[in-house]
Amino acid sequence: MHFTVVFSGLSGVCDRLRQARVRTPAAGSFSNVVSVKMATVLQFPASVSTFNNYNDLYPDWTQREVSTGTTIMAVEFEGGVVIGADSRTTTGAYIANRVTDKLTPIHERIFCCRSGSAADTQAIADAVTYQLGFHSIELDEAPLVQTAASLFREMCYRYREELMAGIIVAGWDPRRGGQVYTVPVGGMMTRQPVSVGGSGSSYIYGYVDSNYRAGMSKEECLKFTAEALTLAMERDGSSGGVVRLAVISEQGVERQVILGNQLPKFSTV
Amino acid sequence: MATVSVCQYHRGGFSFENCKRNALLEADINKLGFSSPAARKTGTTICGVVYKDGVVLGADTRATEGMVVADKNCSKIHYISPNVYCCGAGTAADTEMTTQIISSNLELHSLSTGRLPRVATANRMLKQMLFRYQGYIGAALVLGGVDSTGPQLYSIYPHGSTDKLPYVTMGSGSLAAMAVFEDRYRPNMEEEEAKRLVRDAIAAGIFNDLGSGSNIDLCVITKGKVDYLRPHDVANKKGVRTGNYRYKHGTTGVLTKAVTHLNLEVVEESVQTMDTT
Repeated sequence: MHFTVVFSGLSGVCDRLRQARVRTPAAGSFSNVVSVKMATVLQFPASVSTFNNYNDLYPDWTQREVSTGTTIMAVEFEGGVVIGADSRTTTGAYIANRVTDKLTPIHERIFCCRSGSAADTQAIADAVTYQLGFHSIELDEAPLVQTAASLFREMCYRYREELMAGIIVAGWDPRRGGQVYTVPVGGMMTRQPVSVGGSGSSYIYGYVDSNYRAGMSKEECLKFTAEALTLAMERDGSSGGVVRLAVISEQGVERQVILGNQLPKFSTV
Repeated sequence: MATVSVCQYHRGGFSFENCKRNALLEADINKLGFSSPAARKTGTTICGVVYKDGVVLGADTRATEGMVVADKNCSKIHYISPNVYCCGAGTAADTEMTTQIISSNLELHSLSTGRLPRVATANRMLKQMLFRYQGYIGAALVLGGVDSTGPQLYSIYPHGSTDKLPYVTMGSGSLAAMAVFEDRYRPNMEEEEAKRLVRDAIAAGIFNDLGSGSNIDLCVITKGKVDYLRPHDVANKKGVRTGNYRYKHGTTGVLTKAVTHLNLEVVEESVQTMDTT
C-alpha cells in the first residue's frame, strides 16, 4: 500500500498571486534546515512578504509555523520502556498549546515521541499509524517496534528536504521486549537504550550520560525520566508545562501526568 | 551543435515554480512605485469553549484589507454540517473556500455512511488538506461540534497541525481572548455562563486588537440544536453625529442667472426584448 495522499502535489491548483513565505526555522528547532526547494524562496529580498508592513496589526507569531519546541525522552528497562515528554507547543514566542500530548500511540504497545514541526509530525504519525495498522492486520499478530521505526525512517528520509521532524519510537513487542529507536531530523534510525530529543535535549545530555545505568527498574526509570525532563524544561524556553510519562510493557500502557507544582525540585531551580 | 537541455522531472509534492514568478512580479511592481493589493484578511478574534451540554463558538465581524476595514459585518462562523461549525481566521478567501470544500465533502461522506458526521472527521479532512498545501492556504480555524461521541473542539493551524482542547482561541486577537479564558474557564459550565465567557473573550479581542472589531457573533451547538446568534452583541454601534454641515436654502446669495436651452430631438427609439423564460 503506497502512501501518497499527504505528499501529492497539486501543481497548477495554487495558481494565484501570493507571496512565497520564507520558512524561518521555528523557535526551538535544533538545526537550520535549508532545503533545496525552500532555497529558491530564500533568494528573494526579505521584504517580499506584504505582511511585514502590518506588524502591529498581525503580530509575528500569527505567521510562524507551529513547532513542538520540546524535550522528549525514552528509556529501555527489563520488560518494557518508559517514555516522557514536556507539553509545550509554540508559534514563535506564543505558547499555542500548554498541555500538548506529544506521546502519540502508533499501535497498542508502540508509541512515538514527537519533536519539530507540529504539522509535519502529526501528519507522519497519522500516516505510520495507518500503515502499521494495515501491516498488523495482514500479519495477524502484533507488529514489531523495529517495523514501526522503519516506517518512520522511510518517510522521514524520503521527504527529508520537506520535513522538520525528530521522532523517538518506543514500545514493547513479544520478540525483543522493550526497545527505543531514535529517528532524528534527516532520517537516520538507530536503536539506543536511552534517547533524548528536541530543543531541550541539549541541556540534559550530560545529566543523562552520567545518571543512566543499565538494569534500572521501572520506578527508577520513571524517576530518571521525570528528573531529566524537569531539568530541560527549566532551562529551555521552548519546553515547559507538564511532564507526561508512559510505561509500555507486556501488561499494556500506563500513562501519568506530573503537574507543574509536583515536579521534582533541584537546588538551583 | 545541439543544445542539451536538462529536463527536471517533477517528482511530486508542491510545485514552487509560481512562487518564483510571483516574487519577481512583486519586485517589478515595487520598482514602479506601486504595491500589489493586500489579500483581505480576517484579522480576527475567534474562540471556542466546551461546556456541559455542548460547545460555544464565538467570532468578531471585522474583515481588513491592509489597514482598512473592508467589511464591518462579515460572518466568520461557517457551516460545516448540521452539528459542526467552524470559525475562520487568516486569509478570508482561504477560510471561506476551505470550509465550503470540507462541508461539501463531509455531506457526501455522511450520505455514504448514513450517519451524522463526526467532528473528528471534519478535523482530519481539514488538517490533511492544509498540510498538503504546506501552509500556503492561510486558514487558521476553530472547529467545534457535537456528535455521537460528545462535544469536541479543535484548533487547526495553517500548516496542518491540530489540537483538541476544552478552550481555544485563534487570530490576531487570540492573546487577549486567551487571557479571559485562562482567568475564567471552568469545566462543565452552564450555557449562560459559557456564552458570557465567550462574549467577553471576543470583546477583549475587539477592544484590544486593531485587527478585530465590530460585533460579536456566537454559535451554540448542543445535541440536536444549533443557535446561530448573529449578532449576539453589537459592541460597536455607529455614533450619531451631533453637528450638521447642511446649509439652509438661501445661505449663498445668487447674483446672476443665465439659462441656455439645449435643443435636442429624438433620432431613433428601439426596444430589444430579452427572452427570460
